[in-house]
Amino acid sequence: MDLKIKAWRQKNANSKGGFENYDVQNITEDSSFLEMLDVLNEQLLGEGTEPIAFDHDCREGICGMCSLFVNGRAHGPDTEITTCQLHMRKFKDGDTITIEPWRSGGFPIIKDLMVDRTAYDKILQAGGYVSINTGGVPDGNAIPIAKIDSDEAMDAASCVGCGACVATCKNSSAMLFVSSKVSQLALLPQGKIEGKRRAQAMVAKMDELGFGNCTNTGACEIECPKGISIAHIARLNREFLFATCKD
Amino acid sequence: MGGFISSSIGKKFFMSITGLFLVMFLLVHLTANLALLLGPDTFNIVSHFMGTNPIIQIMQPALAIGFILHIIYATVLTLQNQKARGTEGYSKVVNSHQSSFASKNMYILGGLVLSFLVLHIINFFWKIKVTGDPLLADVMIHGEEMENAYALVAGLFIDPNLGFIYSAVYAIAAIALGLHLTHGFWSAFQTIGFSNDVWRKRLTVVGYLFAMLVGGGFAIIPIFLMLFGAK
Ligand code: HEM
Ligand code: FES
Repeated sequence: MDLKIKAWRQKNANSKGGFENYDVQNITEDSSFLEMLDVLNEQLLGEGTEPIAFDHDCREGICGMCSLFVNGRAHGPDTEITTCQLHMRKFKDGDTITIEPWRSGGFPIIKDLMVDRTAYDKILQAGGYVSINTGGVPDGNAIPIAKIDSDEAMDAASCVGCGACVATCKNSSAMLFVSSKVSQLALLPQGKIEGKRRAQAMVAKMDELGFGNCTNTGACEIECPKGISIAHIARLNREFLFATCKD
Repeated sequence: MGGFISSSIGKKFFMSITGLFLVMFLLVHLTANLALLLGPDTFNIVSHFMGTNPIIQIMQPALAIGFILHIIYATVLTLQNQKARGTEGYSKVVNSHQSSFASKNMYILGGLVLSFLVLHIINFFWKIKVTGDPLLADVMIHGEEMENAYALVAGLFIDPNLGFIYSAVYAIAAIALGLHLTHGFWSAFQTIGFSNDVWRKRLTVVGYLFAMLVGGGFAIIPIFLMLFGAK
């Protein structure tokens, strides 16, 4: 298939960017979206143009590095996938595809389609860990955990930190990310102990870094590649309110 | 506690609590107003009760404070959220399937309700409490003398010149309020943490029913008076 690509180009964080149009030919429907960009970049190199910078790493949907706002949607026109799992069969021959970087005050652009997601690391550093001594690996069934809790903790833990929730949210709120990180630990005995402190520290960091306030529109969960539910946001609210009451 | 008030979740908490307080007020206000459909005597008695009952009198300043806090927090949150989005926007966003119209336009819907509120206060509250109006001349009902609030209220909607316009404005405001509540109702519970995957479905259904009851209930009154005239 032949496609027209309209991609955001920006030299560096401080320069002013703009859209550039490119043509790519002979893309197979079975190739992934990032492979299509590889083909385009080869072509640009051949023409002596600088290739388009974009983030990627594992290319198997588990690292969360790939980003891209494709045709008006985070991770493009499919649900519960990362961009590396988006395939060209989702497009038609002759389509024009618009590719933009994540846009959020909290994720400044580094170059072209790459954004700086260090803010997420800073939020994790503020409390997304267990710092008490939990001993060695516990005996399989020594600490019984309800199936329902372990399932929910696993769902929350599937967050890959890609940033699609922030990129999609009209308020640029990081609540789905923060709530996943708080939930995955709050539901388990090792994490529960520091639960309150964790919720407060991570929310404070999230606010400090300039992410917006959640207004419960639910846009984030639709674009989350792991389908994480905003029920976790309700849990974070609960943890945070209880933590405040205890102070 | 200071950290709580300035935190994002803390601010949302006040939004939610004031919103739920306003929801309670709406229920009382709608119940009283529906008496308009039953004729002058019933409405005047209800109106007299609302104007003299001590609990209602105490709740009035609380209500004003509730409104002011709700509006202040709404403005602060909305401004912060716009700023958080950053300077450059997307050239294209496809999210019609994602979130409801109301959830994306809460400030605009709230703003419509607020502009209506100003008109509404000028129309009735101000005249009843402050300036008075010839239409309000006392009437005797069951041996008790009371203001003819019905004449003032119904008079607005059956006015041969402006009645139609007022009825339309009141009905539109009721619909905007209803839309505000289609999102606001469940959102308020989510904000205080009272939701999960099961309760969310229940609360959205109850929220929609409540929004239709409130929006429809308030909209029906001016339309009914305009169509069938005062009794
Ligand atoms: C009788 C009138 C009103 C009622 C019953 C009401 C009720 C509510 C409720 C229950 C919420 C949900 C709170 C939450 O998400 O936690 C809400 C949110 C909101 N209201 Fe109102 N409201 C009223 C008037 C207004 C007015 C006059 C404005 C503003 C000018 C306004 C602006 C907003 C905004 C912007 C939100 C969303 C805030 C957010 O989610 O962060 N509302 N309202
Ligand atoms: S590149 Fe790792 S998730 Fe897409």
